[in-house]
Amino acid sequence: MSLRGRAAIVGAALAGCGEAHGKTSMEITIEAAHGALADAGMSLHEVDAIATCQPLDMLSGLTLAQELGLRPKFTMNNRMGGSSFLSHTLWAAMLLELRLADTVLICYGSNQRTASGKLMTALGLPTHEAPYRPLFPLSSYALAADRHMTQFGTTREQLADVAVAARAWARKNPDAFVRDPLTREDVMASRLVSDPLRVRDCCLVTDGGGALVMRRAETARDHPQPPVYLLGGGEGTTHRDISEMADLTVTGAVQSGRAAMAMAGLRPADIDVVQLYDAFTINVILFLEDLGFCAKGEGGAFVEGGGIAPGGHLPVNTNGGGLSCVHPGMYGIFTLVEAVRQLRGEAGERQIPGAEIALAHGNGGVLSSQVTNILGTGATL
Amino acid sequence: MGTAFEGPGPDAVFAARLAEGVFEIQKCDGCGTHVFHPRVICPACGGAALGWVAPTGRGTVHARTIVRRRPEKGGDYNVVLVDLEEGVRMMSRVDGIANDDITAGLRVTATIGKGADGEPAVVFRPEGAMS
Repeated sequence: MSLRGRAAIVGAALAGCGEAHGKTSMEITIEAAHGALADAGMSLHEVDAIATCQPLDMLSGLTLAQELGLRPKFTMNNRMGGSSFLSHTLWAAMLLELRLADTVLICYGSNQRTASGKLMTALGLPTHEAPYRPLFPLSSYALAADRHMTQFGTTREQLADVAVAARAWARKNPDAFVRDPLTREDVMASRLVSDPLRVRDCCLVTDGGGALVMRRAETARDHPQPPVYLLGGGEGTTHRDISEMADLTVTGAVQSGRAAMAMAGLRPADIDVVQLYDAFTINVILFLEDLGFCAKGEGGAFVEGGGIAPGGHLPVNTNGGGLSCVHPGMYGIFTLVEAVRQLRGEAGERQIPGAEIALAHGNGGVLSSQVTNILGTGATL
Repeated sequence: MGTAFEGPGPDAVFAARLAEGVFEIQKCDGCGTHVFHPRVICPACGGAALGWVAPTGRGTVHARTIVRRRPEKGGDYNVVLVDLEEGVRMMSRVDGIANDDITAGLRVTATIGKGADGEPAVVFRPEGAMS
């Protein structure tokens, strides 16, 4: 039995992206949920399972049920960082396939920009890393970037080109938070924070939320929008702390990507548009390699000189990504919402013509959790 | 001998020994794998018979970053991952060398210095720089 094409996203929405003054994280979450249900043409009380993960509320699944006024059959609150929502979709597909639930609502919101102005997290430093004061989570990614440069000759310019590509996409997205022009030179001249990473290698700090409604494929056509089917998915968890990552240049995306491709019956060359969790520029290079879009060590060359920018050989992070569109702390759900937009053909100036298959990939912790979803239009079933 | 389940946990044992000036890592009696950070069971074989051994203290910098900080707040400092000869990796800091001179492959030797809050912490110096 395979979950390929058995469940679909029938509603999707964003809320509070950028700055959501005066709103709590849960209020932004509920606004996104309301939008996704309206998009699906559904009423709240048709929802019988929920999933969320919030920045600070450790029991956010319970808070969500309370604020929605629901008594769901299942409440998923698995926390793996920014990848959580791409895991929620997989568990949702399982619940739906087993007919343990009929409608699953997955949602997220964070007010970190207006509430704190920096990454809002419930996490502290690991016991055996705290004495050395790494910046959380930036220094962990910096160590991975340093190793990739040492091992494969990846250059500072190549890292910069990831940020430049994200900005070029953001300039085509009216909803992106930062849309000023950005050049490689701008990135290279930006302030060093934790070598080799500079300010412009880092994701934004914004508010924002997103939500999805999932149903079984058999009922997915009963909604106003064309369904976006889950074709494949997989997870890979390799560590919690960067000092415990076996190989700083190889992430769990190798495992998650292989599982997702196998379930979907697809190869990287079949993917039309790619959404990767770009918390830092190095992430994109690592995930392109680990998901099989290029060989290990060749990610730098792959992104160089506009390779993933508009007009390049692979469209990556068409909304502008966490680097230029939105990053409220756990970006994963935005990879899914943008994939849905592209597969519905509603992405405006940034639309990839004829996009039928999208890959969305979430990262959690410090390259610790990797979760891949492959989504497709009805034509791909 | 007993198992790791008896008495204080491995993190507490590690910290107590470090406070006495002793840096030890674990070694699995079952499969011989060296283990750091301190754990209850061996991640290689799942066995609970982890004993304590003194590492040689020699290692190699695997990756490094320099955290940039304004001089009035204490200035820049380095954070490294070091591979010990025993095959385990740990986060640490290299003292006694300019931050910019620390690169992957630098040979280093462990000593016990101070962590962020003045607590005892394993830090490294370039090999041969020990006095």
